[in-house]
Amino acid sequence: MCLAIPARIEEMSGADAAVVNLGGVRKEISLALVEGVDVGDYVIVHVGYALSRLDPDEAEKTLALFAELNGVAS
Amino acid sequence: MKYVDEFRDGKLARNLAASITAAILPDRSYSFMEFCGGHTHAISRYGIAELLPANVRMIHGPGCPVCVLPIGRVDNAIRLALEHGVILCSYGDTLRVPASDDLSLLKAKARGGDVRMVYSSADALQIARDNPQREVVFFAIGFETTTPPTALVIRQAAAEGLSNFSVLCNHVLTPSAITHILESPEVRQYGTVPLDGFIGPAHVSTVIGSRPYEHFAEEYRKPVVIAGFEPLDVMQAILMLVRQVNDGRAQVENEFTRAVTRDGNVKAQALVSEVFELRRSFEWRGLGEVPYSALKVRQAFAWFDAETRYGLDYIPVADNRACECGAILRGVKKPQDCKLFGTACTPESPMGSCMVSSEGACAAHYTYGRFKDIAVAAA
Amino acid sequence: MNGKLKKHYVRALDIRNGRVDMSHGSGGRAMAQLIEELFGRAFDNDFLRQGNDGALLPQAHGRLVMATDAHVVSPLFFPGGDIGSLSVHGTINDVAMMGARPLYLSAAFVLEEGFPLADLQRIVQSMASAAREAGVSIVTGDTKVVEQGSADGIFIATTGVGVVADGIDLSGAHARPGDAILVSGSIGDHGIAIMSRRENLAFDVPIESDTAALHGLVEAMLECGAAIRCLRDPTRGGLAATLNEIATQSGVGMLLDEAAIPVKPVVDAACEFLGLDPLYVANEGKLVAICAARDAERLLAAMRAHPLAREAAVIGTVHEDRHHFVQMKTGFGGHRNVDWLAGEQLPRIC
Repeated sequence: MCLAIPARIEEMSGADAAVVNLGGVRKEISLALVEGVDVGDYVIVHVGYALSRLDPDEAEKTLALFAELNGVAS
Repeated sequence: MKYVDEFRDGKLARNLAASITAAILPDRSYSFMEFCGGHTHAISRYGIAELLPANVRMIHGPGCPVCVLPIGRVDNAIRLALEHGVILCSYGDTLRVPASDDLSLLKAKARGGDVRMVYSSADALQIARDNPQREVVFFAIGFETTTPPTALVIRQAAAEGLSNFSVLCNHVLTPSAITHILESPEVRQYGTVPLDGFIGPAHVSTVIGSRPYEHFAEEYRKPVVIAGFEPLDVMQAILMLVRQVNDGRAQVENEFTRAVTRDGNVKAQALVSEVFELRRSFEWRGLGEVPYSALKVRQAFAWFDAETRYGLDYIPVADNRACECGAILRGVKKPQDCKLFGTACTPESPMGSCMVSSEGACAAHYTYGRFKDIAVAAA
Repeated sequence: MNGKLKKHYVRALDIRNGRVDMSHGSGGRAMAQLIEELFGRAFDNDFLRQGNDGALLPQAHGRLVMATDAHVVSPLFFPGGDIGSLSVHGTINDVAMMGARPLYLSAAFVLEEGFPLADLQRIVQSMASAAREAGVSIVTGDTKVVEQGSADGIFIATTGVGVVADGIDLSGAHARPGDAILVSGSIGDHGIAIMSRRENLAFDVPIESDTAALHGLVEAMLECGAAIRCLRDPTRGGLAATLNEIATQSGVGMLLDEAAIPVKPVVDAACEFLGLDPLYVANEGKLVAICAARDAERLLAAMRAHPLAREAAVIGTVHEDRHHFVQMKTGFGGHRNVDWLAGEQLPRIC
């Protein structure tokens, strides 16, 4: 049961809930399983719940890894 | 879509494919098991296997909770719908699993059972609130990613005194399944299944962290690389595994650093331990009984445990004798090796666990890759 | 249709607050009133005014095409359309896919007891304007009423008749190795517009159903002189179902290029959210065309010149394959099957 999407928190809506946005699609989800997230943060959403915060710096580092030319003639 | 599209970039895929090709030792073969059903699906849907050098082989592990759900458990859910008249709430994936007497939850619905598809455990709780005069049961399945949402609704139901709500709990644990595979004779003793390393599940790891895998790396001397969900993540993880194998290392590495930490989601873990406890043993379809591999609802929340409330017994039901799912789930055989594959067993009429969900090895291969088994004159 | 209707009733239909009841389907005065005041007024044309059970149509000059469709969509009203416009467009399109000019439609309604007359009128007026815009007349119909709980409010079945000009011979069995595969625009819009209503998704830029009558586009395509083998509209089961159908009918294989298939970014995102694959999501205003390779550019230009196909694209080719596989080169670089849909597309959680 792994399908989860990274979505941006657009606004908080009540205790433990937020509206997230992925590519222009918005849905209300629960924040009951995470702490310390705020508007503008990206969270991983699974079956209607945020499971963790996505770290943008680590995301950039990972993308940079993909682009490394590992001793391969480019 | 941010954090999605960049991780599916075709140019970077070619770069990674080249890096992997450059990294492999030409006279060695590499076999890696991806455990997570989402990874199985990604590998098939994006055609990753074809971008890898020929001596890198991917083995599809039992990471699909729908696939490993035993028939007997689905029978209990169907019983609740048809005999106890409950509103049976289930995730979509589970509705089609064929069970005993030629039934499935979908077919039970056609026979008058009140079976409803939900996206979220919260939907099931809401149905209970909206229907106070009916009993509502949430058919909970899934690995550690999906367990915290179930724990949450049980706790909420208790807090609200929602007495018409209960959960039929079938949550299973990732580390136990990996241990079971590593302990299997083909891997441990005979070495007939060369297993060089694991791609660790993406979202399970956001919850449990990377720490639980350190045990495998040490005890069994197998490298584990936790990979994100997108195809580039999977390829990067394969590259990292190849390097570990070449260096003779057996470490836990984290490719999915943007979402996984060593400790994981402590809040979610605490919630799960509050509501659930380990079962001594649990049958996994295709694998048999696996010790300490599944959860049940704690005594403190017994009222919300459907097994207790409705006095349900678990009656095991065997799979078709020709079904090779057990061997396929352990990586000993491939879908094409099974006599039933593509003939009696197809996604429309699945006979075993690997065909039941679109992430099972057989379903994924049938849907996305069976054209590779036959020589086709492609343009 | 009944004979001449009496002009003086006790009361006119109370559209605002009235509901359908069993008498509206019984063949008596109540039904006659419903037909005259609601259906007749909206669909008004010479054929209906004849007031007979069957419409007497003028002689056709050419081979006839007939198609039928039943519509059971839920919700009844959705962004971009409703069950009414859908039922008109759907059958017009089925006729048009044969290369025919659609001329006449019939409409049969199964109404659930208690269905609000206001909703019925809205649907009927939507059908009337869809038919008018398309230049097609609704010439005959039927109404039945069933007990509460036996229908989802309303079911509509439409049948259409059209005429094919000489020399046109389109069929799903005509695709040949080497042919080009084209699609008239972005896929998945309709299905997502429907699902988003059901699943409480909101959008920055609203997704609307693409429901539309395509016969004008078909006419433009036929006129451009391209050697078109087959036209089909990818409704239920989406693009994947339609291409697999044609591959099987023609006994060929296909190779698609994922990067070339138009999908609106917001439809892509909605599919991610819901765990759906856009290839399997329904469309109601798009068509697939298979034509000789040498004519692909010309056909594409003719399509893009038409307002309903500005985003038309060549998405693949036909080749020999005795297994009739539809394969796709993924944007990622590898290949995969695009198989028939197994069962209903239930959103994945895994």
